[in-house]
Amino acid sequence: MPGPESQADLSPESIDSLASAALAAFAGAGSSAELKEARLAHSGDRSPLALANRAIGTLPGPQRKEAGQLLGSARARVATALTAREVEINTEELVSRLVAERIDVTLPVELTPEGAQHPITALIEKLSDIFTAMGWQIAEGPEVEAEWLNFDALNIGADHPARTTSDTLFVEPLENHLVLRTHTSPVQARSMLTRDLPIYIVCPGKVYRADEFDATHVPVFHQIEGLCIDKGISLAHLKGTLDHLAKTMFGEGIETRMRPHYFPFTEPSAEVDLKCFVCHGESVGNPDAPCRTCKSQGWIEWGGCGVVNPRVLTACGIDPEIYSGFAFGMGIERTLMFRNNAADMRDMVEGDVRFSRSLKGMAR
Amino acid sequence: MRAPLSWLAEYVDLPQAMNGRELSEVLIRAGLEVETVDEVGADVSGPIVVGQILAFVDEPQKNGKVIRWVQVDVGPNHNQPHEAYPAGCRSVICGAHNFAVGDLVVVSLPGAVLAGGFEIAARKTYGHVSDGMICAEDELGIGNDHSGIIVLPKVLDDGTALKPGDDPAEVLVLRDDVLDIDVSPDIGYCLSIRGLAREAAQNLGLKFTDVVALSTPAAKSDGYPVELADPACPLFVALSVTGIDPSRPTPRWMARRLVMSGMRSISLAVDITNYVMLETGQPLHAYDASRLSGPIVVRKARAGEKLVTLDDQTRVLDAADLLITDDTGAIGLAGVMGGQTTELGEATTEVLIEAANFDSATISRTLRRHNLPSEASKRFHRGVDAGAAYSAAHLAAKLLVELAGGTLAAAETVAGRVPDSPSQVISVDLPSQILGVEVATDRVVEILTVSGCQVRVAGTELTLTPPSWRLDLRDPYDYVEEVGRKIGFDKIPSIVPPAPVGSGLTREQRARRAVGRAAAAAGFVEVLTFPFASAEDLDKMGVPAQDSRRSLVRLANPLAETQPHLRTSILPGLFAAIGRNTSRGNDDLALYETGSVFFAGSGKSAPIPGVAHRPTEQELAEIASAMPVQPRHLAAVVAGKWRRPGWDGTGESAGWRQAFALADLLGAAVGVTVKRLAAEQMPWHPGRCAELSVNGIAIGFAGELHPAVIAEFGLPERAAALEIDLDLLVVTAPVNGSILPVSGHPVAKEDVAVVVPEAVDVAQVQAALVAGAGELLESIALFDVFTGGQVPAGHKSLAFALRFRAADRTLTDAETSAARDAAVAVAGQRWGAVLRSF
Repeated sequence: MPGPESQADLSPESIDSLASAALAAFAGAGSSAELKEARLAHSGDRSPLALANRAIGTLPGPQRKEAGQLLGSARARVATALTAREVEINTEELVSRLVAERIDVTLPVELTPEGAQHPITALIEKLSDIFTAMGWQIAEGPEVEAEWLNFDALNIGADHPARTTSDTLFVEPLENHLVLRTHTSPVQARSMLTRDLPIYIVCPGKVYRADEFDATHVPVFHQIEGLCIDKGISLAHLKGTLDHLAKTMFGEGIETRMRPHYFPFTEPSAEVDLKCFVCHGESVGNPDAPCRTCKSQGWIEWGGCGVVNPRVLTACGIDPEIYSGFAFGMGIERTLMFRNNAADMRDMVEGDVRFSRSLKGMAR
Repeated sequence: MRAPLSWLAEYVDLPQAMNGRELSEVLIRAGLEVETVDEVGADVSGPIVVGQILAFVDEPQKNGKVIRWVQVDVGPNHNQPHEAYPAGCRSVICGAHNFAVGDLVVVSLPGAVLAGGFEIAARKTYGHVSDGMICAEDELGIGNDHSGIIVLPKVLDDGTALKPGDDPAEVLVLRDDVLDIDVSPDIGYCLSIRGLAREAAQNLGLKFTDVVALSTPAAKSDGYPVELADPACPLFVALSVTGIDPSRPTPRWMARRLVMSGMRSISLAVDITNYVMLETGQPLHAYDASRLSGPIVVRKARAGEKLVTLDDQTRVLDAADLLITDDTGAIGLAGVMGGQTTELGEATTEVLIEAANFDSATISRTLRRHNLPSEASKRFHRGVDAGAAYSAAHLAAKLLVELAGGTLAAAETVAGRVPDSPSQVISVDLPSQILGVEVATDRVVEILTVSGCQVRVAGTELTLTPPSWRLDLRDPYDYVEEVGRKIGFDKIPSIVPPAPVGSGLTREQRARRAVGRAAAAAGFVEVLTFPFASAEDLDKMGVPAQDSRRSLVRLANPLAETQPHLRTSILPGLFAAIGRNTSRGNDDLALYETGSVFFAGSGKSAPIPGVAHRPTEQELAEIASAMPVQPRHLAAVVAGKWRRPGWDGTGESAGWRQAFALADLLGAAVGVTVKRLAAEQMPWHPGRCAELSVNGIAIGFAGELHPAVIAEFGLPERAAALEIDLDLLVVTAPVNGSILPVSGHPVAKEDVAVVVPEAVDVAQVQAALVAGAGELLESIALFDVFTGGQVPAGHKSLAFALRFRAADRTLTDAETSAARDAAVAVAGQRWGAVLRSF
């Protein structure tokens, strides 16, 4: 291959034609690959312009200056054109890539399969959060419980009808006096026996009854009970607590009602009702617009409550002359039924994944 | 208790306009659980009138029936012209035959609507146009009788005569509101019209008339001889009524009230005792006096003694049962049910009325022992006002005289006495303190006085004696409740009590939440199953005889005999849930459940200490030692596809990978590393089961289920499971972690592949590499497992990516290589690992 210097034609015409050829090649390149080829051919190290540049040194002085100027200007034009064409081609190519890479954004995707906590668990967590935010604690206890704690300590005497095999599930043999707890109240008794005063606790948990199994009864269900023992506690404090709970659970507009009732472990005792949030009481005495939620009663029975019977305090070693307290309890399944329209309690225990998944996120 | 409004209104001056619903609102606020208000007859509308039979013709039909073509006078406003009767009449078809010319009947005319929305119109039938209908009880909704039509008396009890065209609504008691009240166990006095009327009067501030008007005289034994041989019967009143006419029917008004109150009309004498019981709350018993022999003795039963009760059942009595006896032996189960031998019959003319009082606990036990709920036992079980017995006996006797033509014997027996009501002293401030609203002393005194209490004020104390019917007023707080419900719970303010500052959930509670949420976030669905179990399930799981899961707690009265135990493992419940889901077409499943499991404890008996004071520490310790062991477990099962093959064709079967990954995840959720070690444990596949441990403490197992177990439970192939002791996991959770400095120096990466014998586990090789690499090693990850090729038989090649980094400098190649070589060297020493050189 002959040396470059000897080949160099540094006439203005030649320089101009080299530059024109480069510009034409750049303009003709239709892709970054073609442009790369054109760049190597016309402005690379071995391109005619580069060779011409190297040959300048061989020219005599005056010619060298003139050719140098011409060549410098030509190379600058070529470089500018190359950059401009690069930008053009990059832009074109990006645009067509973006078009080509369009996806169907509605394709189904998943990080993991759809898991879910059971709505009962979620509701227990929500209830627990309401009380811990008030400074209360969550107390827990065993599901197989001593009869004394499940009944006697709560002023439910030996002759109470609940203490029969038709109501309560007993551990064999009966003489061992162990039952599946029929309410979470024994956790209250345990708390009174072991915790320091004052006591502000709620006890959520599983309870058992020898009950029928139908759309509104399950023999294994969940309750949350609350207990407050302090100096100077009255029914007004119970009412305040339940009102707060109802508002937090059901929204500001909820109306509650306390109705005198009877429970052995509280005196005075009451049942707490919620104003029906479906018919708002409109269905009462109005057979044309019956309400399924409240059975046209206007109110929905939510739970039981009352001032702790001093006999219970005494049995648990607390002096009723100094302390008083209140207790309340409600069924979680029941609450779920009217809070979230769950129609059939059996769905809650059959383990169908569709039930567990039915409340998502903040709907819980 | 079903209470017709019209009956209540006899004893409380209710405003004319007040309906059952309005009264129920008042009673509900006072603590009476009014479940429904039945608007009886509200669906029946006129024209319904009294008619008089003018004439009829019996017309036999081809179908064998004989119908009557009846002309009936329904009064000038409703009669149609008729050629035979100048005053007119209506002609109707009637299927019944229990009437005669001249009888007064009830006629519904075209336009009337009867019970059940049955509209009356003139209609053509049996060759006539029937212009109305003569009514039976059921058609008017006032009873179930369809044996004949209603025949009305011509003259009412008050002497007024009925005539054609009159409105029969009042005489038939067509329209009434009936309050159905679920009476709580403490207020037995409300199981009576008397008690409910009193409550209505007290809560409305209206005048109340007590049907119990006679006070109980001192004991007298002029009448039938009665001996009280047991303290469970403090009072027994016996009245003799002779010469009753057993053929007399029960008057319509009485039968109507009994039916509206939910009872059946049986015979006049029995109906009278039931009627007075409903009215006063005092259960009565009527004996056929001619069948009594010798004095009545109230005593406890002798073991083995027998009694045939009114329901024809032979009852073998318990020594704790209280009996009414005569010379022949037991003639009644006191307060529960009478005996057959002295039952009133169709020929009874001599009646002995018993109005007695019995101890509620004694009756409760008998009622439960013999499973004999009755109207009487329902009342005695709650407690009956002893002060009402004497009056009630006389009310019944009076009705037997008036309605059945009997004669009340002047000689009467009152055995025993009305027990004294115990007094209680309370501080005048107690109601205000406990109710949380200021109630002035005068108001407290007024409320309790109106409630029937004797109130004595002395300084800051009130001495209170309840009336005989208020068996619920005993303790100081009972009086507080009485004041509270009389002022109304709606008057009590709403105050949130200021709890001391709290610290939120405990560490264990937070850890359990984190675990549950992690499982759900990772794709597992929580289910809640019943914690009942059977030994068969353990057999199907292949659990060996000595396994702790065989320490089952058995229930004395299980809900289902097929599941008589409490679970020691959550898995069988989840297996059943898998089955239920797959049967419903949910095939790809990842289920978990957290809950208690139960292991039989010491088998000791839990004591039942008294309640007069806190149990002793010894007693509490004995209770604790009798309890079964009840840890919380978490179990999970995966089956089917973990990820279904989607539009891009990728998918992943569910199996041991997810079970192991869940174990790792649950550990991470509480901040610990769960180690897996190959193990054999049923129900898992022996080659695909890992024991899970944290810091050397075994917490459970995970892996693929044993093929035999999969077959036994009908689970999808390759299903996998995990079960851990959640309590154990939670206690391993670190209390506080510390944050390490993050090095800004570059990472040095080295990959090594080592060949080890097949039997060596990845975790073992990895642990050796970690130990050898020293503290410069930042992380290590397995990225390839290879067998075959140039790897010798019985060996495998494991490739790990190692990342080295120093906190304070950029590592040199020499440092990194040295660390890598040291890592391989230790793996070589421990497991014969050889650096793969090909």
